[in-house]
Amino acid sequence: MKRTVPLIIAIVAGFVLLIANFIPFAESWGLTAQEWFNILAVGAMVLGGGNLVKLHLMKVSSKRKGWGYSVVTIACFFGTLFFGLLKIGVHPNPLTPDYAWSGYYLENGSTLWWIYEHMVVPLTSMMFAMLAFYVATAAFRAFRAKNTEATLLLVTAGVVLLGRTYAGVWLFEGWLPESMQWLRFDNLTVWIMDIPNTAGTRAITIGIALGVVATSLRILLGVDRSYLGQD
Amino acid sequence: MSTDTTKQSNALIWGVIFIIGAIMLIWSMSTSRTGQVWVTAQQHAFTQLSDGSYTSTDAPASGDIEWTTYKKVSDRDLTQEMIDNGSATLSWSRTIGLWLAAIFTLFILSFLVGDNPAYKFAEAMVVGTSAGYVMVIGLWDVFVPNLLGKLFPTLVQSWALPGMDVAAGSQLLYIVPAILIVMLLFQLMPSGGWISRWPIAFFIGITAGYRMIGYVEADLVAQIKAGIIPLWITGQGGFELWPTVNALLLTIATLAAMVYFFFSIEHKGLVGKTARVGIWFLMITFGASFGYTVMGRIALLAARLEFLFGDWLHFIPSS
Amino acid sequence: MLKTLQNLDRRWIFLSMLLAVAIPILTRTVFPEVVSKQAKMVFDAIEDLPDGSNVLMSYDFDPASQGELLPMAQAFTRHCSVKGHKQYYMALWPLGSPMVDLSIDTIQSEYPDMIYGEDYVKFDYKAGGEAVIRMITQDLRGMFPMDSKGVPLDNIPMTKNIKNIQDMDLIVNVSAGDPGTKQWVQFAATPFGLTTVSGCTGVQAPQMYPYIPEQLAGVLGAIKAAAEYEAAIDEAYPSIAENPRAQEAKRRMGPQLVAHSLMIGLIVIGNWIFFVSRKRGQA
Repeated sequence: MKRTVPLIIAIVAGFVLLIANFIPFAESWGLTAQEWFNILAVGAMVLGGGNLVKLHLMKVSSKRKGWGYSVVTIACFFGTLFFGLLKIGVHPNPLTPDYAWSGYYLENGSTLWWIYEHMVVPLTSMMFAMLAFYVATAAFRAFRAKNTEATLLLVTAGVVLLGRTYAGVWLFEGWLPESMQWLRFDNLTVWIMDIPNTAGTRAITIGIALGVVATSLRILLGVDRSYLGQD
Repeated sequence: MSTDTTKQSNALIWGVIFIIGAIMLIWSMSTSRTGQVWVTAQQHAFTQLSDGSYTSTDAPASGDIEWTTYKKVSDRDLTQEMIDNGSATLSWSRTIGLWLAAIFTLFILSFLVGDNPAYKFAEAMVVGTSAGYVMVIGLWDVFVPNLLGKLFPTLVQSWALPGMDVAAGSQLLYIVPAILIVMLLFQLMPSGGWISRWPIAFFIGITAGYRMIGYVEADLVAQIKAGIIPLWITGQGGFELWPTVNALLLTIATLAAMVYFFFSIEHKGLVGKTARVGIWFLMITFGASFGYTVMGRIALLAARLEFLFGDWLHFIPSS
Repeated sequence: MLKTLQNLDRRWIFLSMLLAVAIPILTRTVFPEVVSKQAKMVFDAIEDLPDGSNVLMSYDFDPASQGELLPMAQAFTRHCSVKGHKQYYMALWPLGSPMVDLSIDTIQSEYPDMIYGEDYVKFDYKAGGEAVIRMITQDLRGMFPMDSKGVPLDNIPMTKNIKNIQDMDLIVNVSAGDPGTKQWVQFAATPFGLTTVSGCTGVQAPQMYPYIPEQLAGVLGAIKAAAEYEAAIDEAYPSIAENPRAQEAKRRMGPQLVAHSLMIGLIVIGNWIFFVSRKRGQA
């Protein structure tokens, strides 16, 4: 029961979608399943938020190392939820000004907008911008032309790095003959992307597609039950 | 390096950073309106008509609905005249926000010197605010219109979505996803977590169905079709050498790379040689990927530095 | 020298990267852009559409990739606005909705003659990724009964005759990952033959090339392609060329050149250290 019913749900849901794709009569079933999926995705967001709060509350209650930062996380989480769900600072929709709750929750000037603009944007974008520094140290410490394959990778990377900037044009300006313009790094980069890159990526794409089909079939036929967890 | 030497070098680095930062800040504040956000106010007023609907008005009377919104004036558009005549006012909430955004950016940057409490504080904030923000969006954009609006259309229409069509009435079939959401939340309970298997199974089944349809059509069949190209290219002038070479190369490279991924046959002899050629092309692919990845990361850093130097310190025109 | 480099504190590398990006920004170094084949393909896909065509703009990115993708998103908005195309905005990422708001701010400030509901409309974010795409290829109202202002689609002039996105003349997708361009290709472009162009991050761009040209009409890969696209628009529309806000991607190419040169220098020095150490180790 604990494993059989979910197994049947997974198989039925998947086959409804497959059938709806091929048989017009069943199209509405597929649309309904898709709508439910979208609503359930929000449920997954709520679960994610709940799990975050649970983990950090456990850290605070057991006073593990760094529990103070967990307090910050929980405070920011609930603060954002509070200001967002209650639409603090949001004016009504100008089309229906008598409905106090009709306004856009992210209206310019509202509290949630302030949190987004001055906390979410700088923090998330700077977090990802840090990768530029780590890519530089990786280039210095790890990228070694130890064999033919690694050399090919590094030479291609060098051509693309220069080819995708003005340097790819400037380095060859004035001295490269017209018949050899294909050697200019920007032209070479276009060729690399069109031929070798397309070939390699196409092979990977086809391989992944075969793998996904195999995995999906295993799930739809009930062979793969790993998502059911342990009893 | 000994711990004392590390601490000394860290202290020296922090000292240099603070001195340079202070110089930059003093320079900026003495030459421009550092970190100031100026806004213009826009009045909105609505008066009720005889049929009960509302229309906007420029001459609000008692009983009318009124509010004020503020629009940021960019630094390049802001003039002294606007400040003097009061049409532009300093927005304290946005100014404080801008300074906080800059400080948080520097907190994250400080990780480059070494792990420190400021970075950990910023990291804790980003986790909390991002999670809360995504939940708010999901609840207002999906949960309210697509679930509550289907189950209780009249209530939702009278409360938050007055434009909503309630003619279809309550659609009780949507109780199913509502129940599934409740079951999903059982994951958080110390016991009874198995109840969440039902909605998870629904997710998995739907995703497996989607992926099969999408990958077979777009990534398998379409890609094989795209890979079958003419290998003898002719144009208006007859046979074309370089397009033919490219077409041959593309086909051979694709097949060779696919042979590399075929692990059911041992990579020896002709198969081994073909796989070797395949992996050379794959290395070129990864090299190109690396080049593009670097480009992407640097663009992100450039954007953040533009924010610090432009929007905050006004060393360059702000965006 | 070898020993110094072998034991180099990585913070010197961080500092060199910071300076490589900061100095060109402060000196406002801008380089000329040569429009590449891919940028031209994307430009032509929008330019060749008859004025007033229906264009679906899906912003599937967030602030983390804003630095790379927002310039191309804004360029798409300006190009479509100047062509008079009807723009239908949506987002498959939760934090993509505010990105759409930025494009709408651009329309309202730079093209004030455009009317909401007649020339452009915004739909709310919806969760589900590919499920949303699948749904709107068949029934737009099933996913978006109203626009983001709460107005039913039947009451909006530019949506009342739209049944699903098969009524769109072009799909423009700005993508930072999953869900993104791949899902638009899998669930909209390939099965229904919908013309799609993509602007994507540098990480994603190489993976999109196999889809060109049958499944994707063109790809703008990373900030360089965005700069080339801006250059193509500037060439065709001098009024946009005079707008400093429309040159954001071009401005970001200055730091790119210096930083890329630094990267190559670091790779070369790193390999020099490796080979010399190996040789001395063997000797």
